[in-house]
Amino acid sequence: MQRQLANMKQSLFDQGYLDEQFIQLEELQDDTNPNFVEEVVTLYYRDSVRLIQNIENALDKNPLDFAKLDSHMHQFKGSSSSIGARKVKIECTQFREYCRAGNGEGCKRTFQQVKKEYATLKKKLEAYFQFARQAGPVEKACRPK
Amino acid sequence: MAVDEMGSNCSSSGAQELHVLAVDDSLVDRKVIERLLKISCCKVTAVESGSRALQYLGLDGERSSVEFDELKVNLIMTDYSMPGMTGFELLKKIKGSSRLREIPVVIMSSENVLARIDRCLEEGAEEFLVKPVKLSDVERLRDFILRGEDKNKTEITRKRKTHDDSFSPPSASSPSSHKCDHPLSPISVSAVPHQRLPKRPKLMLATN
Repeated sequence: MQRQLANMKQSLFDQGYLDEQFIQLEELQDDTNPNFVEEVVTLYYRDSVRLIQNIENALDKNPLDFAKLDSHMHQFKGSSSSIGARKVKIECTQFREYCRAGNGEGCKRTFQQVKKEYATLKKKLEAYFQFARQAGPVEKACRPK
Repeated sequence: MAVDEMGSNCSSSGAQELHVLAVDDSLVDRKVIERLLKISCCKVTAVESGSRALQYLGLDGERSSVEFDELKVNLIMTDYSMPGMTGFELLKKIKGSSRLREIPVVIMSSENVLARIDRCLEEGAEEFLVKPVKLSDVERLRDFILRGEDKNKTEITRKRKTHDDSFSPPSASSPSSHKCDHPLSPISVSAVPHQRLPKRPKLMLATN
């Protein structure tokens, strides 16, 4: 099971969903904080709901306030970067480019991509952590359920 | 695993524990920086804004200086882009305070903008770290600050022993004494030049 877990993780990196920062977070895990990465990721997804809503609201305004959009996205991009969410971060960067160019349509289009990558990663990480809990340390796996 | 060794080192090494005040409006980043600092054997106080930071440091006039000494902060790490007061504004307020200006301030930012970096360093920031901050950044910072603190203690002891007239008290120091060249208090000036943190490497390592 540990090998399957390692493979799962490897493919997340190979497919570009995660970057080096995720590994940095894993290195902060130890016996005293064995679920640190999952805690940070959970916090990210919880906190992001608010950040994403801010962007949605700002995109609904007419005319668009690009400075505000950029500022909201800066916050969301920062958090995404902190957990190693590579594809999400890439879309965020694109969004900010459109903000700076004052391209509203570009922003709206890219934001759909941001949300798509965000949702995809969430599913993959949920599966990963769930599997990690099942795989666990060898002793746990032997205990009857 | 390396992290376990670090954890046990905190208690067994007997080294002084730095107290770091971390300022960041991002919940996620606060959690990460807190962990980075704890693993590096630092005490952490994490706050969400510049105004909270000033409150904690007693700069809002409510805390007496006696209380402040008991909660001595050895290092302030602040995010640059924050709503309300930016990290840069916080830096200016700290460096503008005769009581707090000796505390090293490090700016963290996800944006690698040269003008911003220069501005912060000019204003007296110790270092400018590009986010996401790594464990190696924190450890390097900690070691640098610890060396400075040790030198401070040595110099103060020497001053008391010899009553050397060439050591002038820090109270009359001019603002220019707090540029990059003299990141620590005037008392430890002689120790500093060899120990300056490299301020530019981050530019080359950062990816966009």
